[in-house]
Amino acid sequence: METTLDTALIKATINGKEITAHEGSSILEVCRDNGIYIPTLCYDERLEAYGGCRLCVVEVKGVARPLSSCTTPLQKGMDIITESENLTKLRSTIVSLLLSDHPNDCMFCEKAGSCTLQDLAYRYGARSDTYAGEKRNIPITDVNPFIYFDPNKCILCGRCVNICQNLVKVGTIDMTRRGFQSRPDTAFGRSRSADNCVFCGQCISACPVGALVEKPSMGKGRGRELKQVRTTCTYCGTGCNFFLNVRDNQVVRVTSDYSAPVNKGNLCIKGRFGYEFINHESRIRTPLIRDGEGFREASWDEALDYTAGKFKEIRQKYGSESVGAFSSSRCTNEENYLISKWVRAALGNNNVDNCARV
Amino acid sequence: MAGLATSLGAGAASNSFDQISGADLLLIFGSNTTEGHPIVSLQVNEAINRGAKIIVGDPRKIEMVRFADVWLNLKPGTNIALLNGLIHVIVKEGLQNENFIKNRTEGFDELKELVKDYTPERVQEITGVNREKIIKAARLYAEAKNAMILYGLGVTEHRMGTENAMSIANLALTCGHIGRPFTGIMALRGQNNVQGASDMGPAPNIFPGYQPVTNPEIRERFEKAWNVKLSPKIGLKSVEMLDEAKKGAFKGLLIMGEDPGQTDPDLHHVWDALKSLEFLAVIDIFHTETTRFAHVIFPGASFAEKDGTFTNGERRIQRVRKAIEPLSGLAEWQILCELSSRMGYPMKYNHPSEVMDEIASLTPIYAGVSYDRLESGGLQWPCPSREHPGTETLYTSAFSRAGGLAKFVPLEHRQSGETTDLEYPFILITGRRREHYNNGSMTRRVKGIMELYPEEILELNQEDADRLNIKDKETVRVSSRRGEIMVKAGIMERSQQGQVFLSFHYPDALSNLLTSEHRDPITGTPEYKVCAVKVEKPD
Repeated sequence: METTLDTALIKATINGKEITAHEGSSILEVCRDNGIYIPTLCYDERLEAYGGCRLCVVEVKGVARPLSSCTTPLQKGMDIITESENLTKLRSTIVSLLLSDHPNDCMFCEKAGSCTLQDLAYRYGARSDTYAGEKRNIPITDVNPFIYFDPNKCILCGRCVNICQNLVKVGTIDMTRRGFQSRPDTAFGRSRSADNCVFCGQCISACPVGALVEKPSMGKGRGRELKQVRTTCTYCGTGCNFFLNVRDNQVVRVTSDYSAPVNKGNLCIKGRFGYEFINHESRIRTPLIRDGEGFREASWDEALDYTAGKFKEIRQKYGSESVGAFSSSRCTNEENYLISKWVRAALGNNNVDNCARV
Repeated sequence: MAGLATSLGAGAASNSFDQISGADLLLIFGSNTTEGHPIVSLQVNEAINRGAKIIVGDPRKIEMVRFADVWLNLKPGTNIALLNGLIHVIVKEGLQNENFIKNRTEGFDELKELVKDYTPERVQEITGVNREKIIKAARLYAEAKNAMILYGLGVTEHRMGTENAMSIANLALTCGHIGRPFTGIMALRGQNNVQGASDMGPAPNIFPGYQPVTNPEIRERFEKAWNVKLSPKIGLKSVEMLDEAKKGAFKGLLIMGEDPGQTDPDLHHVWDALKSLEFLAVIDIFHTETTRFAHVIFPGASFAEKDGTFTNGERRIQRVRKAIEPLSGLAEWQILCELSSRMGYPMKYNHPSEVMDEIASLTPIYAGVSYDRLESGGLQWPCPSREHPGTETLYTSAFSRAGGLAKFVPLEHRQSGETTDLEYPFILITGRRREHYNNGSMTRRVKGIMELYPEEILELNQEDADRLNIKDKETVRVSSRRGEIMVKAGIMERSQQGQVFLSFHYPDALSNLLTSEHRDPITGTPEYKVCAVKVEKPD
């Protein structure tokens, strides 16, 4: 939305350095734009900030209490400190409190290595035994094929509910129950199904911990074990970017690219979960040549020579206009260019078309 | 896309997707955005959160109707009548943008004359949309500061598809709602690289970048670059190649990554044509309805197995990156090079980036594109030079027609190719569902998706179901003048009375056995959105 930001530029000081920013931006946004780290759990740049987790607190000169930077707009002349002994103590306390009722089973958790809570505990020296508290022992009951939800790991940041209600506007989940038993859940705690969920997995992409994870990817490798390759989706024409997560020449997970120009980390069911076809057992893996009613396997050389020969032969027999090719919106620009070049230069006519019209 | 190209100059969306959320009115026309383009629909949702007004023009009560201020529930195939009706109201109430019309367009007087006959009363009669709703929608659209139109295949997949798109342009031009950020026409492209495939010129009349093959200067440029003599004669469209194959004049075909044997309309005709070929080579990642007819099948590489670029529906050229090795060893770009070289026309590239460099050297709208510039965010065409940042919003100062003016095209309503009668009383609309994709060869191989959406459902209205004594989930026979399929009925309020809906994702319920042979005569696009069918309980 850069085009709307025609607001005035203002100057302020962050950690002793003068910065310039658009009026109306939050302190958090300005800090992140300037490469200054501020921890958050409930903040998601796709959603309206609500200042729930209090980790993003900063000190502003002349203000008695620390302010949550995600909900405080930057004002002209503000003098801001983002790291101090006091802020570290506050943040450490918050994280320790979260750990007090967390399962802390990182060694088994899908999210280990890419878990924000784990990172924050390390960074601020928070320990799980500082405020040893009661644990929730909620059974895991949801049986849907895509979304694994472990309410025991939930830190109640509210991002999953917020994204489902306000961005996707489906409203599959909401915050339910009260007090210690609070948790995001479906109506009447029913399993997610085609009746109440669209399986976009946006809730997973918003979850900072291991409470919501992609079920088909479980056990197939965590963060560091996977190669992440940024690419563009193969389904509709929106052009979403995401990371293909690869292990042993197999795509095992799709994760959000929050810097993507079009989708900003958002994905639909096909983008997030529609990758299983890639390594599917029914993929054609070798050239095939017709043999009676069926096909027989052939080497690349044989199939290519045979095909090149057939096209040359038909051209000679019936004239250069008797051959042609269909290209596809499924293929890359480069391939579409090459097929049109092949038809025009090697077949010698303009009988080439793509499926845009059908 | 020929429609927008005639009216405005380029067959492409005029704005960027992220401008949608900044519009204060969205007219969503013939696009089930929530299902067809879920991530674009999130932009619409953001606009709604900011207070934007929504008008939906669609025969089906699609999910977006929940948020609509007006639902224009037109009968399929009456787009032009409805759009003319909106323009009629706008002109009658003096809400048109006179300055814009005077300075940036031509031909308004003819359109003004023509829409005189499209009174709300008459349009109600043709389209079935209540006149009050037509008036309300016209006022909302005309009076909005930044109004954007999103349209989909509900506009183009008609015999009048090209005219429908021009008619959309007429409406936008009447109000000057184009050529500014947050204001324009977004034609939503159905497939990942439909824009790029159009841009790259595998088309019978154009070289890459929409450069006509009939233009001697342009041809000469390509002849020099490709070092070969090129034919000046416009070639055959895909549908024409199939027609000629059936007649016996067209003999050898290579099909790369397409499945006309399932996704084309009037399948019996397509199958006959494919059978008539002397030689058919198909490159695909799976066996399809089309590979059944092949003499040679080459294994294709999925998007995860190759480097390249896709161009999305907002003209953004983005990188596709190889995450795994091609399962069969070669990707399509390599197969094409091998094939060509073995036919005596050598094509050799070490990497797809070299192909892009060649594309850039021959295609003015891609001239500034190279892989090193696509690392983050991609580039939106036109990008005419290395220094050019790409173009978010088209037509800000001129339209890309000769002379720089946009053109009003006066259009009369005409009937669809096939209309209902006593024997075939239902209109069948076909389209896509959120969870599946085209012939389903990819999504039907995702276990979870098949668990959730295992089979095709015929969307049927409660009143129609009662009349035919059909129960929910009951298997019914759907037939047209061309074929029949058996499918489960799903009784829901989404389809209006007299209309039914099917997707085309399932080979065991081939909806394209029913669809008609009628096509848009300009583009050859089939009339997937309207055909007459009968629904009955099986014997």
